Amino acid sequence: MSPAGIAQAVPQGVEYVRILPEIVLSVSGMVIMVLDPLVDERGSQKLLGLIGLIGSVAAIAATLYQSQYPGLGFWGMVKVDAFSTFFHALVTAIAAVVILSSYEYMEVQRIRAGEYYGLILFGAVGMCLMSSAVELVLIFIALEISSISTYVLAGFRRRAAISSEASLKYFLLGSFATAFFLYGVALMFGATGSTSIAVIGEALRSNRIPVLAYAGVAFMFVGLGFKVAAAPFHVWTPDVYEGAPAPVVGFMSTAPKAAAFAVLLRVMFEANAPGRLGLIWVTAALSMTLGNVGALVQHNVKRLLAYSSLAHAGYLLVAFAALPNNGIPAAMFYTASYAAMNVGAFAVVSHLAGAGERFVTLDDYAGLGRRSPLLAATLTIFLLSLIGIPMTGGFFAKFYVFSAALQANLIGLTIIGVLNSAVGAYYYLRIIVMMYMREAREEVPAAIPVSPALGVALALSVAATLYLGLLPGKILAYASRSAAELLR
Amino acid sequence: MVPISYYLILSGILFACGVTGFLIKRNIISIFMSIELMLNGVNLSFVAFAAQWHALSGQIFVFFVMVVAAAEAAVGLAIIIAVYRTRETLNVDQVDLLKL
Repeated sequence: MSPAGIAQAVPQGVEYVRILPEIVLSVSGMVIMVLDPLVDERGSQKLLGLIGLIGSVAAIAATLYQSQYPGLGFWGMVKVDAFSTFFHALVTAIAAVVILSSYEYMEVQRIRAGEYYGLILFGAVGMCLMSSAVELVLIFIALEISSISTYVLAGFRRRAAISSEASLKYFLLGSFATAFFLYGVALMFGATGSTSIAVIGEALRSNRIPVLAYAGVAFMFVGLGFKVAAAPFHVWTPDVYEGAPAPVVGFMSTAPKAAAFAVLLRVMFEANAPGRLGLIWVTAALSMTLGNVGALVQHNVKRLLAYSSLAHAGYLLVAFAALPNNGIPAAMFYTASYAAMNVGAFAVVSHLAGAGERFVTLDDYAGLGRRSPLLAATLTIFLLSLIGIPMTGGFFAKFYVFSAALQANLIGLTIIGVLNSAVGAYYYLRIIVMMYMREAREEVPAAIPVSPALGVALALSVAATLYLGLLPGKILAYASRSAAELLR
Repeated sequence: MVPISYYLILSGILFACGVTGFLIKRNIISIFMSIELMLNGVNLSFVAFAAQWHALSGQIFVFFVMVVAAAEAAVGLAIIIAVYRTRETLNVDQVDLLKL
């Protein structure tokens, strides 16, 4: 090979910077896995969790550093731009907060396993890569890294039958969805002769669009629809969210979802997928309606939040139907504000669940306002944000999505969305009413003090929710800038 | 030479067999095998398209699909064992604690 050829075959130094957050996360994950059998079992939890926390915070720093070096890397496999930086920061921040909120939960459930934190970091590697990958090969691998980690995390309460059942359901339906996604990729490859998103976009913009491309888009949409838990591909969501450990649900209802939406944005807009509007319209309307109607009759809080997550996926998809230049920023803002409020809500749920997750029904929340006022107030903030009350992140998220939809003249979809928001308010308010206006049941134990780590996690989530609700401008401006880069 | 459409039809049939198996089989291991069948259907169409476009990337993709399928199998079988330990059955109809 000639010297020039060798230089081309070896990645440059700056290319490693373009995957720096992933490197940091992988290395910390591996350190955890290696240390796990070496340290004594009692102390392992604190130490390994701390390493996980340091790893994810370092990954946030790496993301900031990386954002100064935009461009392609590794033969057009990864692309660092404002869009990927946004999702990198979001995913790693979620990982950090979830690790903080897991300390106490793992202690209470008596789960002693360091690989829990390792798996969160490995999952985050996949999700980060999903947002920066611009080649379908890498997108597929990243999707699987994130999925396989979350399959295992869902079954982490190994001795509880419902947890392994949740893991099984998630695994089977997740792999089923992956096969659909892959078939879509194969058809897309057949239609355009390439797996690079840029080349596919070029091909779909210029000449006559082959029929295969439509089929490819539909199959890929089915696969990703499963991953983001949008109707009619949502059947696994309530079961898995009910059975999986509460902090894990906080993680997997936000981070993999945000990453899958990032992939969906790249595939739909950067690759200019044909025939997307009809698919999205139907899915969004179905998700919003089935999610909100399903949540009305739930008695288990985790199940209720699962249906709520389905409804929120629906609102988010409305932004995908809008015009790209204001739909993409609206969708990005929504993933961030949904992450803030949902991670927080599940942190509260995991604190109240108690050993063996016995206290997860609505009745167990009765009288919480009197038993632990601060915790009840915190949960109230998250629930108000999920409803979309002004001053919280949830309000602006919905506001931007629906105004983007109106500008694209999607009157029908907007009406369905707004009506659904009104229905949604009912079941969130039901929890608040339970907490403040009912007497506590006797079998529910007295409030346990919140551990410092969980306190920090809750404080961060509240701060993020209020920040997005009071000063949304900065994040939205950043999202608009990255949307412009994506569309260029 | 065998025309490409033959390969594509065969891959479509394989994929459809996998989907059908996934939906009607009751044994968890059989369901899992149906997913592998779907993946192999996909692999076949990748190879066929790669030959048609004279693009190597399609064949490379197949390698990655196989690797990932192996990783998935490792995790999947572990999960199946965990379920068997708690429920002592491999019939999906009896794994039903999480139903409304």
